[in-house]
Amino acid sequence: MQFPDNLKYTKDHEWIKMDGENAIVGITEFAQRELGDIVYVDINTVGKQLAANEIFGTVEAVKTVSDLYLPVSGSILEVNASLESNPEFINQDPYGNGWMMKMTIDNVSELDGLLSAAAYKDLVGE
Amino acid sequence: MKNTPFTQKHIDLGAKMSEFAGYNMPISYTGINDEHHAVRNNAGVFDVSHMGEFMLRGPKALDLIQRITSNDASKLTDGKAQYSCFPNDNAGIVDDLIVYCIKENSEYMLVVNASNMQKDWNWVSKHNTDGVDMENISDKTALLAIQGPKAVQYMQQLTDLDLVNLKYYTFAQGNFAGVENVIVSATGYTGAGGVEIYFEDKGDNAEKIWNDIFRVGTPGGMKPIGLGARDTLRLEMGYCLYGNDIDDSTSPIEAGLGWITRFTKDFTSRAAIEAHKTNGVERKLVGIEMVDKGIPRHHYKIQNDAGEEIGYITSGTQSPTLNKAIGMAYVRKDLAKEGNEINIMIRDKAVKAKVVKMPFA
Repeated sequence: MQFPDNLKYTKDHEWIKMDGENAIVGITEFAQRELGDIVYVDINTVGKQLAANEIFGTVEAVKTVSDLYLPVSGSILEVNASLESNPEFINQDPYGNGWMMKMTIDNVSELDGLLSAAAYKDLVGE
Repeated sequence: MKNTPFTQKHIDLGAKMSEFAGYNMPISYTGINDEHHAVRNNAGVFDVSHMGEFMLRGPKALDLIQRITSNDASKLTDGKAQYSCFPNDNAGIVDDLIVYCIKENSEYMLVVNASNMQKDWNWVSKHNTDGVDMENISDKTALLAIQGPKAVQYMQQLTDLDLVNLKYYTFAQGNFAGVENVIVSATGYTGAGGVEIYFEDKGDNAEKIWNDIFRVGTPGGMKPIGLGARDTLRLEMGYCLYGNDIDDSTSPIEAGLGWITRFTKDFTSRAAIEAHKTNGVERKLVGIEMVDKGIPRHHYKIQNDAGEEIGYITSGTQSPTLNKAIGMAYVRKDLAKEGNEINIMIRDKAVKAKVVKMPFA
């Protein structure tokens, strides 16, 4: 299983990556594997300012639905439009084409409170 | 947590495992969609050894079955099976089951849901007032379902029993893959055709049968299938799942199971259930399809446009065959008509759906 070193992780299985001033967020390979075939991502918080750990959307798999938690405080800028017709990107490429949304970050130091790749790997027992 | 005779096989195959009805069961191997399509287009093997099997023997066995089930088991002759249910004292459902007639008037096998096994055993025992010999063979019985359009063609290579001409809801007993006294039944929970195979878990029977089944099926594309795809397959057919679509509080008539209630004999709650049939019921189990984006899930509430609560979802998923979100729901009878638009409450948002005919696929 992949745990890219350049990402930060939450205990709720999201990842976040800096992209210039802003950040990109998705779910981990472990998360997509646990969920199984993903069929729909529902994010209707674009333009909203949310605090860390608030729910910014939900991801629906065939069998189950799971909430998505914001890794750090900020505003949701845009969602990955290609997931509308290709939600399976999250299963196939969770750290690449399966990214979920872009956000602004209120306070970059909040990233320090997240898990490193090694710590996340320990958390999921790999 | 209990194991089936095949639990280690599933783990070795890399299945995602989870507890179900007290057993360590495979949820999926390669992914629910992939497994689902394998069954619809080719064949797949399900380990359903967790199911419960009761043997009822003796001259009063049929009489007992008639008193506690809704369907008419007197219609059964040797080698025939019947879908039925145990109504409870309030016209609800204790469980749904299949009755197998091994020997007319003297030997029957009842196959019940794993999650209800103890409840069912107690229920049948309580009504066994005439000394019918009852044996719970669940722990020593292995059950594999081989389902799909190519299932019979593959399995025929393992037996001299005539599987090709085995009619739906009949069964044959004999040698299968070198194991004696195997019941091969033309039943299943997928709507894809195929057989279910019951045999005693003794010696290396389980190992032999599992290996032979995959030896003849794997080259053609047959796959092992988990409980996840079992649920999407049955839901596309509109088959009820106990605990979701039917339970202690749902009448067989509300659930659309009028076809397994026969008023040609007396049985538990017969008068109340017959009244449901004659006078109609307040709610009906219907198929629904999402019009707007969203996936219906068990327990989601349903409203009409005025915001009144008019029912709830019992089962729901994204249908892998149709690539649409589908579900089953209890809906107030005046709104249960095909084509009617209703609103599913998904995370406090009203999402449009419509009532459709089942089966979906």
